[in-house]
Amino acid sequence: MMKLFRSSSNETAAPAARTKLTRRSSGIGEISRVLNSQEGLYVLDVGATSANNIQFFTSHGHKNYSEDLLRASLDPALRAQDSTGKPTVDSKKFLDENLVYRNEQFDIVLSWNLADYMEESLVKPTIDRFWSVLKPGGLLLAFFHTRDAGPESACYRYHVTGTDMLEMQEVRFALPGRPASEKQSPRLQRVFNNRHIENLFRDFASIKFFLARDNIREVLVVR
Amino acid sequence: MDVPQAQGLARIGKTVVIKGEVSGAEDLYIEGQVEGTVDLQNHVVTVGPTGHVRAGVKAKSIIVQGKVDGSLTASDRLDLRQSAVVNGDVTTQRIAVEEGAFLKGKVDIQKEIGKSASK
Repeated sequence: MMKLFRSSSNETAAPAARTKLTRRSSGIGEISRVLNSQEGLYVLDVGATSANNIQFFTSHGHKNYSEDLLRASLDPALRAQDSTGKPTVDSKKFLDENLVYRNEQFDIVLSWNLADYMEESLVKPTIDRFWSVLKPGGLLLAFFHTRDAGPESACYRYHVTGTDMLEMQEVRFALPGRPASEKQSPRLQRVFNNRHIENLFRDFASIKFFLARDNIREVLVVR
Repeated sequence: MDVPQAQGLARIGKTVVIKGEVSGAEDLYIEGQVEGTVDLQNHVVTVGPTGHVRAGVKAKSIIVQGKVDGSLTASDRLDLRQSAVVNGDVTTQRIAVEEGAFLKGKVDIQKEIGKSASK
C-alpha cells in the first residue's frame, strides 16, 4: 500500500512550515483572461476549501463549486482488499461519491497538484471524470512536480490572490482515529514526465506546458 | 467556543435529536442532531462543534462549527469555522471560510437573497 503521508511532518515539530509562500502562475494568468472575457462561467475547484478562491471567482460573477478531492481520496472507507488479499482503493466508490455532476457542466476545472499526491489507481479515473464534466473548449489547470522534487516535497494548497498570483499553504490532514494535533502532510506519490502527462490527458484537445523556476510544471489542457 | 448564553437564544442540546421542521423567531444554537428543515429567516443559526444537521437551513446568518448535510441559505452572512464540514450548496451575500473548514458544493453569492426568494 502506498505511503500516503510524509515521514517527518508532525504539525508540532514544524511550525515554520505553516508560513504561506507566493508564486506567480502563468496558468492562473491564462484562466484570469478567460474569466474577464466571459460572464457566468462554472468553475470547479478540487483543492482544499479556500475563501480566497471562492471570493475570487464569485466576485467576477462566476459560479464556484468546491470539492476537496485529495482529502476525499484519503477516506478509509475506500480502502479494500482484492481477491488475493492485496490492499486496493475502490475507484468506483470514489467516483460514485465525488465529482457527481452532469456532463459538460464546467467551463474551468482547477485540479492543482491532485495527480501528484492522489492514490495511483484513482488518478486516471479522476482525469476521465474531469473530461466528462468539462464543456467542450473548457480548461483544466494542473500542477506537476518536476523530477527535481524529492518524496518529502511539501504538499501545498493554492489560494488565488491576484490575476496571476498564488499563495501556497502547506496541507496537513488529521489521520482517522488520531488527534487533531497529529496532522500530517500528504506524501508526493509520483513524478510525471512530459510523456506521462501527455498520455494522462490524451483525450483532451490540446495541452500547454508552463515551466517555472521552482520545481513545478503548470499544465493547461483544453477539453 | 463557549456556548452563547444570550437571552432570546434557543438551544438544541447535545443529546437531542429532532426530525421535522424547525422554525421560530429567535436565534438558534444546535448542539445535537436535526433532520428535516431549519427556517429562521431573520435570525442567526449556529451549528456548534457537536451539532449535525441533515437539513436545509435558511436564516439571516449561519455559523457552522459542526457538520451539515444539506443546503445553507443565509440572507446576510455565512461563516464556516475551522471545524466545519458542509456537504451541500450554499447561497449567501457574504461568506467567510476559516482555514480547515471543509465545503463540498456550490457557492452562490447573491446580493438580494430576501427579494429573490420572494419572487
